[in-house]
Amino acid sequence: MIVKLLAASLRANLHYRASFFMQTVAAALITCVEFLGIWALFSRFGSLPGWSLPEVALFYGLINTAFALTDLFSRGFDMFADTLRVGDFDRVLLRPRAAALQIAGQDLRLRPLGRLAQGAVILAWAAAHVAWTPDRAALAALSLAGSFCLFYGLLVFQATIAFWTIDSLEMMNSLTYGGVYAGGYPLDIYPLWFRRTFTFAVPLACVNWYPVLAILGREVPPAAAWLAPLAGPAFLGIALMAWRVGVGRYASTGN
Amino acid sequence: MPQILVENLVKTFRVAERRPGLAGAFAGLFSRKHRTVRAIDGVSFSIEAGELIGYIGPNGAGKSTTVKALSGILVPDSGRCEILGRTPWKDRVAHVARIGVVFGQRTQLWWDLPVTESFELLRDIYRVPAEDFLKRRDELVALLGLGPVLDTPARQLSLGQRMRCDLAAALLHAPPILFLDEPTIGLDASAKLAVRDFVKRLNRERGVTVILTTHDMDDIEALCERVMVIADGRILSDGTLAKLRQSVTRERWLTLDLVEEKGAIEDPDARVVERDGLRVRLAFDPEKVSPAVLVARIAARHPVRDLFVENPPIEAIVARLYGELKP
Repeated sequence: MIVKLLAASLRANLHYRASFFMQTVAAALITCVEFLGIWALFSRFGSLPGWSLPEVALFYGLINTAFALTDLFSRGFDMFADTLRVGDFDRVLLRPRAAALQIAGQDLRLRPLGRLAQGAVILAWAAAHVAWTPDRAALAALSLAGSFCLFYGLLVFQATIAFWTIDSLEMMNSLTYGGVYAGGYPLDIYPLWFRRTFTFAVPLACVNWYPVLAILGREVPPAAAWLAPLAGPAFLGIALMAWRVGVGRYASTGN
Repeated sequence: MPQILVENLVKTFRVAERRPGLAGAFAGLFSRKHRTVRAIDGVSFSIEAGELIGYIGPNGAGKSTTVKALSGILVPDSGRCEILGRTPWKDRVAHVARIGVVFGQRTQLWWDLPVTESFELLRDIYRVPAEDFLKRRDELVALLGLGPVLDTPARQLSLGQRMRCDLAAALLHAPPILFLDEPTIGLDASAKLAVRDFVKRLNRERGVTVILTTHDMDDIEALCERVMVIADGRILSDGTLAKLRQSVTRERWLTLDLVEEKGAIEDPDARVVERDGLRVRLAFDPEKVSPAVLVARIAARHPVRDLFVENPPIEAIVARLYGELKP
């Protein structure tokens, strides 16, 4: 059903072709400029202590690719505050399917494809510098999947907060976009409290930092590299539980 | 066991009181006063399969709160509700698969997609088997005359076309119960007639139970055997249209076309409702004075060209009923 809903949304959105191209190009440019920023940093200061540019690019490429994928499939949650405000959520509840599935399938735009292309190009370039083994490839896939779930979880949380207050967007954006930006660099350049936040509260380090360390052949306990990415699905699971609480609250208060 | 059973339904909302002005708005950020509003306050009724019920009341009376609770998207504070043997809000998914809901103000079609694609998506959402779907869709398209608009995106439809499409969309899964919320709002006369005609046939021929909320008393008069009136969260009256009239007033109206336009019409047992040139409308109580006596008395003083006696329109009844509620 989700696939059909998403396909329908895409067909609807493709009616507005000009806007689609503009948005895709703009999103691609932003990602491009961001990475140029990192590159400029390197060319100015030589390197981050202990990291080469291709290594940093692996962090950056993985997290941006994952985020672009999430962005592609989570727009319904991203825009949920609007859905709620105009009263369209009643219509969702009047249909005999889980509300989360319907919201997930509500809107598909191709705009994040720009970011996805950029992320993938940088990822490919970084990958060319890695000595691949089957284990490392599996870790990369695990990291991608874990990050996808983590970001999806953040967006579900963002949507859930809208049940209580309509001003959830800014705070959550600082976590999602901030997380993508922060995760684009090796985590050990940050102060400890920051690393802890992104390990235990929003487990970005688990889905990106530990597996990438292993891929790059750095010192890391194998358990950490292999198990940490599971924090992503776990986070999504918790987010969906919170979502259910939110839907329950909505049903008892109306809007 | 009735198809729909509602007992003592209560729902209160906490409403934040806004203080006036900018200072008040700031103060509201830190401490808010809440006030409890009883949206519905002990509503009870039961509905048998195949009934066509009008549910009316002034704005804010509790109509939509009731309908939301009955459709499973709002959990009441207390009270019981069973529809087709289920409690709507406890078993939302199973419940909404067996009801249809149409909001006059809002569409459930996909705005940018051709109508027929919206129908296909609803088929998937409601898991309607392909054969049933095609048969039902073709019937509905024929009944509602939707053939010419099937390939039009919903946003390009006129209001009347959209409403007919929404009716079809709500019935693709053949629900035995249909909630209609203001289905004729904003429609022109012929579109209203088309909607009423369809709802009537649906009810008579298919036995679909229909609960209709509306402000258009012509809808009620054209369709509903039974009318429930809600005000201030309580059911004020529940019964046939005739009973509703009687409970409010026994008054009947006598309309006279006079020969000449002069002199005031006065009679101890009647009052003038309106006067427009040669036409005069009087209200009287048939228990106090029979129409024949009244006509004779007036005709003795004023030459009368034509006359007729009728019930006051349901609007007047309802206006009076609502008016009596207010102190």
